[in-house]
Amino acid sequence: MSDWEPRIIAFLCNWCSYGAADLAGVSRFQYPPNIRVIRVPCSGRINPKFILAAFRHGVDGVWVSGCHPGDCHYIEGNFYARRKFALLKSQLEYTGIVEPGRLHFSWISSAEGTKFAETASHVVESVKAAGPAQHFVKKQAEVA
Amino acid sequence: MQQSYTESIREAAKRLLSEKRVEAVIGFRKGTIPFMNEPFLARTVEQADLLIWDGNCAMNLANYLPKRTGSVAITAKGCDSRSIVIHLLENQIKREQLYILGIPCRGMTDKRKIADNLNGREIIEVEETGEKLRVLGRDFEQSFERTEFLEENCAVCTHKNPVLCDELLGEPVEEQQIDRYEEIRKIEALPPEQKRLFFDELIQPCIRCYACRNACPACYCPTCFVDESKPQWVGKTTDPTDTRTFHFLRAFHVAGRCTDCGSCERACPVGIRVRLFTRKLEKEVKELYGYEAGVVQDERPPLDAFRPDDPEPFLG
Repeated sequence: MSDWEPRIIAFLCNWCSYGAADLAGVSRFQYPPNIRVIRVPCSGRINPKFILAAFRHGVDGVWVSGCHPGDCHYIEGNFYARRKFALLKSQLEYTGIVEPGRLHFSWISSAEGTKFAETASHVVESVKAAGPAQHFVKKQAEVA
Repeated sequence: MQQSYTESIREAAKRLLSEKRVEAVIGFRKGTIPFMNEPFLARTVEQADLLIWDGNCAMNLANYLPKRTGSVAITAKGCDSRSIVIHLLENQIKREQLYILGIPCRGMTDKRKIADNLNGREIIEVEETGEKLRVLGRDFEQSFERTEFLEENCAVCTHKNPVLCDELLGEPVEEQQIDRYEEIRKIEALPPEQKRLFFDELIQPCIRCYACRNACPACYCPTCFVDESKPQWVGKTTDPTDTRTFHFLRAFHVAGRCTDCGSCERACPVGIRVRLFTRKLEKEVKELYGYEAGVVQDERPPLDAFRPDDPEPFLG
């Protein structure tokens, strides 16, 4: 399994973390290439279904990043998201669907390119430590 | 004691119907098989005489309220009244449409537990006198102490008295001080792999009949997430992943709204203890936000509100 590399879906808020990824890029900060970014309008847009769907389709980790509480472009979107995430993470780990270390949340503003690169490295590292996620992948063929 | 509830429900129903205060009274009438009462809408004074109350009125009648037009009276135990509060908060019905007949609840009988004690013999009739149960079969007769055979959710209930009512049909009962989450903490303490196996085994018999959803007063979405097809978030098969997704999302949808009335568990034809999912969320909501569903009438549900200093246990 030495050549195994995790696949990680990152849901990034358009107004902050997505900008931070851009900044990290133009600043030439290094971070591992395992994340696949999906741009969302707000961390409040994240539905638990999205995260389950990602795991069902075989990703090894999910990372959700939004604006710092109080800095939401839509004033309060991430305040609602925060309550949702707290319940979501604890319930996912309680039911054993997601082991600790696979699901990550962070607040990163568009000026925090360094924090983005550091968090990305941290996320990739802990998902690597958790290993490949297989048991939530649907084995039967899905009808398109 | 339950007998007197029957009398006072009938009396109140007759009064409300004859005064034309309400168009119907939602309650129970005797079911056709033992240990089962059926929900019943009494629309006339004569029909009010069919209303009854005993230890088999566990079903949550608040399920009949969303989008109802006209005025109704409803008999409500502690859990029903909390579900009614949730409906009021979520604008499913208006307070002025409702006349709530509050019933201090003594807990409901768990018919499965009784059946387990009868070695497969068939029950033909049940007589309930106070807290005594007399179960009659073809060639046997057995007595039970009702308090020892309460539904699981009734045994750990901390809101037996209605939180909201127009008329209380009896003396309030004593609320118990009890640790509701002992079992949940035991599961929490398991290692991740064990938790997964525990829940896989728990939902293994699931046939995806959605009875738990249908029985739930909090489940009233016009299109349920399991019926959505474009995109389809939950597969419709009994594949373990699909079933896990379903149970997870069902519980998550009622987070902060579930009053632990136990309807889901009672409705389950294969006896899955689905409350193990919802109770964990109930515990989290209480610990993180100090909120109990349906107890306060002027506070938004926890996922429809926030505080600037909410805890962030999920970071990192």
